[in-house]
Amino acid sequence: MSGTHGTETTAGPVLGDTPPEATSATGEAGDNAAGIAAVGRVARELMPETGVIADPTQLRTYECDGLAHYRVTPALVVLPETTEQLAAVVKACSEHGVPFVARGSGTGLSGGALPRADGVLLVTSRMRTIHEVRRADQRAIVEPGVINLDVTRAATPEGYYYAPDPSSQQICSIGGNLAENSGGAHCLKYGFTSNHVLGTELITPQGDVVQLGGLAPDSPGYDLLGTVVGSEGTLGIATTATVRLVRLPEEVRTLLVGFHTTDDAGAATSAIISAGVLPAAIEMMDALAIEAAEAAVHCNYPDGAGAVLVIELDGASAEVEHEYALVERFCQENGSFELRLAIDATERALIWRGRKSAFAAVGRISPDYIVQDGVIPRTALPEVLRAIAELSESSGVRVANVFHAGDGNLHPLVLFDDAKPGAGEAAEKVSGAILDLCITHGGAITGEHGVGVDKAAYMPKMFTDDDLDTMQLVRCAFDPGNISNPGKIFPTPRLCGEVPGKRKHAHPLVEAGLADAF
Amino acid sequence: MTTVDLDTARTALSDACSDVTDATPADAVDGVPAALVARPGSTEETAAVLRAAAAAGLTVVPRGQGTKLTWGRPPESADVVLDLSRMNRVLDHAAGDLIVDTEAGALLSDVQRTAGSAGQRLALDEPVAGGTVGGMLATNASGPGRVAVGTARDLLIGVTVVRADGVVAKAGGRVVKNVAGYDLGKLVIGSFGTLVVVTRAVFRLHPVPAARRFVTVPFGTPEDASRLVQSVVHAQVVPAAVEVEWRVDGAGTVGVLLEGTPAGVEARTTTTRRLLGAGTEAAEAAPPGWGVLPWTDEPGSTGLKLTCALSGLAPVLTAVRRAAEDAGVALTVRGSGGAGVLYAALGADAPVDAVADVVARTRAVCTEHGGALVVVDGPPAVKAAVDTWGPVPAIDLMRRVKEQFDPERRLAPGRFVGGI
Ligand SMILES: Cc1cc2nc3c(=O)[nH]c(=O)nc-3n(C[C@H](O)[C@H](O)[C@H](O)COP(=O)(O)OP(=O)(O)OC[C@H]3O[C@@H](n4cnc5c(N)ncnc54)[C@H](O)[C@@H]3O)c2cc1C
Ligand SMILES: Cc1cc2nc3c(=O)[nH]c(=O)nc-3n(C[C@H](O)[C@H](O)[C@H](O)COP(=O)(O)OP(=O)(O)OC[C@H]3O[C@@H](n4cnc5c(N)ncnc54)[C@H](O)[C@@H]3O)c2cc1C
Repeated sequence: MSGTHGTETTAGPVLGDTPPEATSATGEAGDNAAGIAAVGRVARELMPETGVIADPTQLRTYECDGLAHYRVTPALVVLPETTEQLAAVVKACSEHGVPFVARGSGTGLSGGALPRADGVLLVTSRMRTIHEVRRADQRAIVEPGVINLDVTRAATPEGYYYAPDPSSQQICSIGGNLAENSGGAHCLKYGFTSNHVLGTELITPQGDVVQLGGLAPDSPGYDLLGTVVGSEGTLGIATTATVRLVRLPEEVRTLLVGFHTTDDAGAATSAIISAGVLPAAIEMMDALAIEAAEAAVHCNYPDGAGAVLVIELDGASAEVEHEYALVERFCQENGSFELRLAIDATERALIWRGRKSAFAAVGRISPDYIVQDGVIPRTALPEVLRAIAELSESSGVRVANVFHAGDGNLHPLVLFDDAKPGAGEAAEKVSGAILDLCITHGGAITGEHGVGVDKAAYMPKMFTDDDLDTMQLVRCAFDPGNISNPGKIFPTPRLCGEVPGKRKHAHPLVEAGLADAF
Repeated sequence: MTTVDLDTARTALSDACSDVTDATPADAVDGVPAALVARPGSTEETAAVLRAAAAAGLTVVPRGQGTKLTWGRPPESADVVLDLSRMNRVLDHAAGDLIVDTEAGALLSDVQRTAGSAGQRLALDEPVAGGTVGGMLATNASGPGRVAVGTARDLLIGVTVVRADGVVAKAGGRVVKNVAGYDLGKLVIGSFGTLVVVTRAVFRLHPVPAARRFVTVPFGTPEDASRLVQSVVHAQVVPAAVEVEWRVDGAGTVGVLLEGTPAGVEARTTTTRRLLGAGTEAAEAAPPGWGVLPWTDEPGSTGLKLTCALSGLAPVLTAVRRAAEDAGVALTVRGSGGAGVLYAALGADAPVDAVADVVARTRAVCTEHGGALVVVDGPPAVKAAVDTWGPVPAIDLMRRVKEQFDPERRLAPGRFVGGI
């Protein structure tokens, strides 16, 4: 990434010329100046002074998300408080052809909320109202800026919780979760954000407000909601989310199991799943990741473990009892040397602390690191882990592995010291090679962190031009002007041709006078 | 034929596909006669058929086994029936990864047999026997089991489709967790063949539970039904299904399915019986009619799908019964009360006006409770007279999606919402 075009690299690895699409993804500072001024005027009319930021120093606070080595200073930041304000600003963007990027809490790890130097950043941090917790309907309706964990906090008194639990759940927003289709440790059993967001009010890139899905399932028509979830802010901005609340389980058992090798831990995972047991979570950490977690949070994991599994069973007590017996047996049969069952909430929290702090903890053992996110079929785990170990050995780049073993979602942490010349490039190479391994094993280049700007260049390795072109037909339907988070996901934008909305001729049913009926 | 004569069309298609025949009256799509039937054997051949149809200006209606071609509205035209029944192979069952990869023309029952050989299942019910994977996806079929595992949208992880212009595209993949690119699979589910032709699908599987138990209890009023349903869903017994059946004579049953380990199911059955109170029965076999769409019992009846927020169950049940009684129409209701999805059958002898009245009145109450009413199936006279799909929010965006994928309205034109 170069320092021109309104971007600069101030931290993290030196990335050579990655990403090649930097210019189209970030825009040129100074472009669209008149349009941005017009959008700013609309925003200032509607919002208090503090809701519109144009001061260069303040703007820089928003220059990156959780992937801090991509930085772009936005031309304007707007912090709306209502759907109406947000819709008006988006409409102004549309009228003036100004690109906009939504931002929730900015914890994204793929540069999805990376601003545009020639555009507006729309931040949802002032839209944090939980409108309703509807116990009878097992749903909550919340604003996009609401913090993930706050939904669970609001539902717990009713005996419910919000199931998708990214490790960042104390700070990330529901809008960001929706846009990324975020996962979490408990997604093995309960599914991802897309399984739990059942409705959204969306501001289209033209500034129209539409409701997709809602309290009842199976809205008639195309499942646009399902397409919007996971579209990384490229199809508009969500202003509410109707989410499923899940009944708190009768019983939860959290186990920490020590193994000598990751192979053994992987075999135990496979044995558990093959036997038809579906734990709420099965997470694995290897020796290096354990070392980091110990240094950071003193989680007291088993001494000398080559790998640990954190396994959580939940549900009706009678089922958990039975599953526990099976899990214990499969772990022992596959060489576990220590199995600890958390006896209370404090012990459970300690077990999870080691796992949930793992990304940050790696900072204790390495000045810099890359968080990778790739998926493989679970049965390929042992093979891929060995291949990663070989990669690490041959390149001399250390890799710590922390991952959702149950569903094959790897998070290799590639360690390096940016102060050493060439170390950043070497780490980038290993990180890229790990993604190649995922692809050759029939997996995916991202399981939950998204494509953003970071992986757009990898999309053609997983998808053909026709696949990408077809996905972009959806983009063209929603955002013909290509202004909603442009430059993310797709390496090359598709030209949308004719702006839709103007139908060539009336539909026959309309002509037949049945129009009002439909 | 829309624009060209039969000979030209036949020649064009025969160059693209090895199995093209003239259509018979039996190939008519919901009363709309077809001209030709093409049976491609592969995704590539399907693409060739669609390219040829595009070049010749022919409309195309995809067909699986044709068990539910009367659902949705009749298409405006059906020059070519694109029959996927030759593409019926279950391609790969990776038991260790709990996934199955299948051609779209495969029978759901074959998929289940394959998965079952490893103690696994595709967790979708099949109340209408004989359907294909493609037809199931296109109509977004779902049965009682949706309470626990959801519907096709929660199970489909990868899809291969052919566009109206013959371009082949895939989305998703073979792993359960994947956020790379747009999830086109979601868009295909429930699209009634109007967006793309599905040729291949990958699903996640679930283990077959070791034990199951059906707990049933009679109810008198809609309020009773709602109270029983609420007591189960807010308990911690983790039901796999919560069904409500309301027979034509007004006798009602709430049915709860519990699945899991033998000991676990035993204990949860006890709890569930306690929750449901007097008159409860438990059985290992499904009660009669479990998961069967109520209108399949009576040919010529009208089939409705009613949705609502869970709290809307009693008002919706009350509204549909009252409207049916006022209109003098026989009514049977059966569906996933625990998921806010009910299916209703209106008697075959009901006059069109009476059906229209029930539809309008019930729809208003469904809408008030966050849901919708769709006329899924029915006699041609009924479908012609009533607004089958009802008002659809975001219809403009849906039209724009259709325009992007199928600008010439080649695929099943007029079958879907808003005349799409
Ligand atoms: C320590 C750490 C741990 C993490 N662990 C996990 C994990 O376990 N699982 C996981 O999946 N992710 C994880 N993440 C990644 C990140 O937290 C998630 O992607 C999260 O959903 C981002 O939410 P956010 O509010 O920070 O969104 P942002 O980073 O602000 O934005 C993310 C994307 O969403 C778009 N967006 C934001 N709000 C809206 C809206 N209202 N409408 C439309 N688009 C919008 C943005 O444009 C951007 O493309 C982790 C991150 C960190 C830093
Ligand atoms: C509300 C509702 C609930 C239902 N619940 C269930 C249920 O729980 N379980 C169950 O088994 N069945 C259920 N059904 C019926 C189920 O949809 C049929 O079993 C299935 O559609 C029959 O498959 P088929 O091959 O006969 O399809 P067909 O009758 O041949 O086709 C059905 C529709 O799908 C389209 N289509 C078929 N194949 C493709 C393809 N490859 N690509 C694109 N479009 C295609 C057709 O054009 C047509 O519109 C339900 C249906 C509805 C509408």
